[in-house]
Amino acid sequence: MKRAPTHSYPGINLGERHASADKAAEVVTFGFWVFLMSDLVYFGLMFAIYITMIDAQAGGPGPHELFDLKSIFAQTLILLTSSLTVGLAMLALKYNLPRGRIVLWFGVTLVLGISFLVLEVRDFMAMAEKGGIPQRSGFLSAFFGLVPLHGLHVAAGCLWLIVLGIQLRVKGMTDVVISRVVRLALFWHFLDLIWIGIITIVYFGGLTYG
Amino acid sequence: MTTSATGFFGRLNLDALPITGLIQNPNANEIVANTAAAVVIVGVVVVVGLLSWFRLWTPLWRDWLTSVDHKKIGIMYVVFAIVMLARGVLEGVVMRAQQAAGPGDGFLEAEHFAELFSTHGTIMIFFVAVPFVFGIANYVVPLMIGARDVAFPRLNQISLGLTVSAGMMLMVSLVVGRFSTGGWTAYPPYTGAAFNPGVGPDYWIWAIVVSGIGTTLTGINFAVTIYKLRAPGMTFMRLPMYCWTIICSSILIVFAMPPLGVAALMLAADRYLDFHFFTNDLGGNMMNYANLFWLFGHPEVYLLVLPAYGIYSEVFATFSAKRLYGYNSLVIATMSIAVLSFTVWLHHFFTMGQSALINAVFGIATMLIAIPTGVKVYDWMATLWRGRIRFSVPMLYGLSFLMLFVIGGLSGVILANPTVDYQVHNTLFLVAHFHNVLLPGVLFGLLAAYNYWFPKAFGFRLSEFWGRVSVCLWTGGFLLTFMPLYFVGLMGMPRRSFSYDDPSFRPFMIVAIIGALVITCALFSVLIQLWVSIRDRDQSRVPVGDPWDGRTLEWSIPSPPPPYNFAIIPQVTDRDEFAEAKEKGAAYPTPDAYEDIELPRNTGIGFALCVLSGVWMFALVWWIWWLAAVMTVLMILAVIVWTFDDSTELTIPAEEVRKDHEAWLALVHSETAVDRDFETSPENRGLARPDLEAFT
Repeated sequence: MKRAPTHSYPGINLGERHASADKAAEVVTFGFWVFLMSDLVYFGLMFAIYITMIDAQAGGPGPHELFDLKSIFAQTLILLTSSLTVGLAMLALKYNLPRGRIVLWFGVTLVLGISFLVLEVRDFMAMAEKGGIPQRSGFLSAFFGLVPLHGLHVAAGCLWLIVLGIQLRVKGMTDVVISRVVRLALFWHFLDLIWIGIITIVYFGGLTYG
Repeated sequence: MTTSATGFFGRLNLDALPITGLIQNPNANEIVANTAAAVVIVGVVVVVGLLSWFRLWTPLWRDWLTSVDHKKIGIMYVVFAIVMLARGVLEGVVMRAQQAAGPGDGFLEAEHFAELFSTHGTIMIFFVAVPFVFGIANYVVPLMIGARDVAFPRLNQISLGLTVSAGMMLMVSLVVGRFSTGGWTAYPPYTGAAFNPGVGPDYWIWAIVVSGIGTTLTGINFAVTIYKLRAPGMTFMRLPMYCWTIICSSILIVFAMPPLGVAALMLAADRYLDFHFFTNDLGGNMMNYANLFWLFGHPEVYLLVLPAYGIYSEVFATFSAKRLYGYNSLVIATMSIAVLSFTVWLHHFFTMGQSALINAVFGIATMLIAIPTGVKVYDWMATLWRGRIRFSVPMLYGLSFLMLFVIGGLSGVILANPTVDYQVHNTLFLVAHFHNVLLPGVLFGLLAAYNYWFPKAFGFRLSEFWGRVSVCLWTGGFLLTFMPLYFVGLMGMPRRSFSYDDPSFRPFMIVAIIGALVITCALFSVLIQLWVSIRDRDQSRVPVGDPWDGRTLEWSIPSPPPPYNFAIIPQVTDRDEFAEAKEKGAAYPTPDAYEDIELPRNTGIGFALCVLSGVWMFALVWWIWWLAAVMTVLMILAVIVWTFDDSTELTIPAEEVRKDHEAWLALVHSETAVDRDFETSPENRGLARPDLEAFT
């Protein structure tokens, strides 16, 4: 039976050869979107808290002393590139390329994700050297409540990449694994979206109003 | 910060046990605390003993703890909620007794009284109302929409596990250490490390975080279930009203639980890592907490009461033998309430320093909610109008609700006026108001649901007599306990005060303690009703499955339903699908063919996460860092290992489905249909005779 050509759920629709996976994937993918909405509220609130606390520096170091835009630029490039490589994995899935191709792009994404985390941690350490620790002021508490929360999400995404890479090898392209690939891609793009918010509000906003 | 100085057991030592306090300083206060701890321990010992004596461990594990059947998960939620309800009610009674003891210090210490109102509020909201609401929803929603299970059955089990482990933390806090004294809202800076270095607020924080995650997952699950798993033909405007309220409630959860999680975790960062989100110094701002908490807190009350509205809608329609009046307006009203509930959070702290303009805006938004609620009340009354009403137990709860809830709602409109709120905020007037909406609103609704759907779940009806006794006791107990609080509130008695010096409050307090005792009797009457009904179950069996002449799909299947719910997924053509089918004589069709049914297989993941998260919370509360780290790793590993398990489905062969279904159909055709006059008699075997000929 042919699948109706309509997009029955948001996200990347699978091709006709995945018809059996499609019905189950529809429910799961929709559920994952709902989860992302809920997660987005977490971040939205942390952004709001950051904005209200931008002035609560209590005489401690502020954005101008602490933020290193060069490093942020590098992190942004790395994370955006990783979104591209996840997209390439999805294209490999869509065009029915050998699963090794998906694993390859996952591997590249993982390397980029870890590089991002390394740079981020390096930034935090540099901030700490200048006295920018969360215990110093409300502003820094808000910063360290938000940016590492995103970092934690990236770390979780990296763990997911590893586990799913293993499952791709061990289990092959089963319906469940394909559906997980779709959701991981959604999650990874979501991380990018949050990062765009972070550079705009936390870094640029902080430097402008802090 | 002192979090570094810890040994193998963190800050846990013998002083944490209440018995130490009793030995050092024997008085009434310590006796009450030790009795409570003893009840927990004896309760655990008795349950373990009974399970061992009757050799029930294996069935418990096989049929319940590892089950992913939404019906069993629903029942477990309700059992958990009733256990917690018992504790919550008894705490309320102890508090009433303290205040009835009159001016002076009563028999409790101030600290202990503060613990009581903190646990009472936390338990009643998070561990009674939420699990009860979603226990009922778990049982009923898939049956109502013609589905075989919820969208994510295994996630559902995890939600239950997390909710129960968080609830257990409150039980543990009775025996080891002390719970928070900061109220169920846990406002900093009082609950911050500077003023409250003990374990109390930590118990609160982790119970809230973990149960909050469980509830969020439940909300996602039910939103997706109702969006995606409705039977063919069940358009949104054919969705039973109850499911509409659950979908609104789920949407509220998805958007409103994150603020609570954020607030609690930020408080944890303040307490554990010396952050400055809400502290008095270095730029902390406790108003952020108040805003976050109530950004959750107000939608929360609607996510509890909307499902109760849904229950009443089903009950009024069924027991009036009429189609629900004003379905469209009820849907719109429900959605309006869901949206408006996000615009009113500030009315919980009118007196905390906003400008008059902001207060006015939120006051008006609050009053607006009375409009859709009023629409609902009129719709329900119009449903009753010229209905063929039976005064069955759920209907009696509903009528009690209609009258009492309007009073509670109106006192809410009074409080919505910021100028009035300045006078009565933080008094017992407020306590009277929210108990007035939560008891008749949420609790009576849940008890109505319990009486209404019990025969569906267990195959026999609950005792009508004890049900009526129960309605009277709850209603009377409620009136006696909480009406006096309106008066003393207006007279100026502050809430949460363990003593007072104005003797004119005392008569009201004495009436209130009498009411509290009546409520205790009401609680026992619920248990007696259950006991009597189980004893006499052979007189009230309803195997056919439709004891109340029901209108929606859940009544069209056997009681109790088979694991797969529907042998054949029904094709829906009408809002009151089953009532319509009965009217046309098309109920209980014989299917042409049967298909294999796939069901999710049992799994232990929910139970594993329940235990691991419980130990994790305990370790965090007591600063046992190595244990917390181990538990974190184990939880992550458990989830990863679980995702490698592919044998998640179980196939029930078509032949077996056919055999069971045909046996049931044969039973249906062999039973005599009874009309509504025999609803509560043993002749009611669950086959209803439509009353239509009465009109012709």
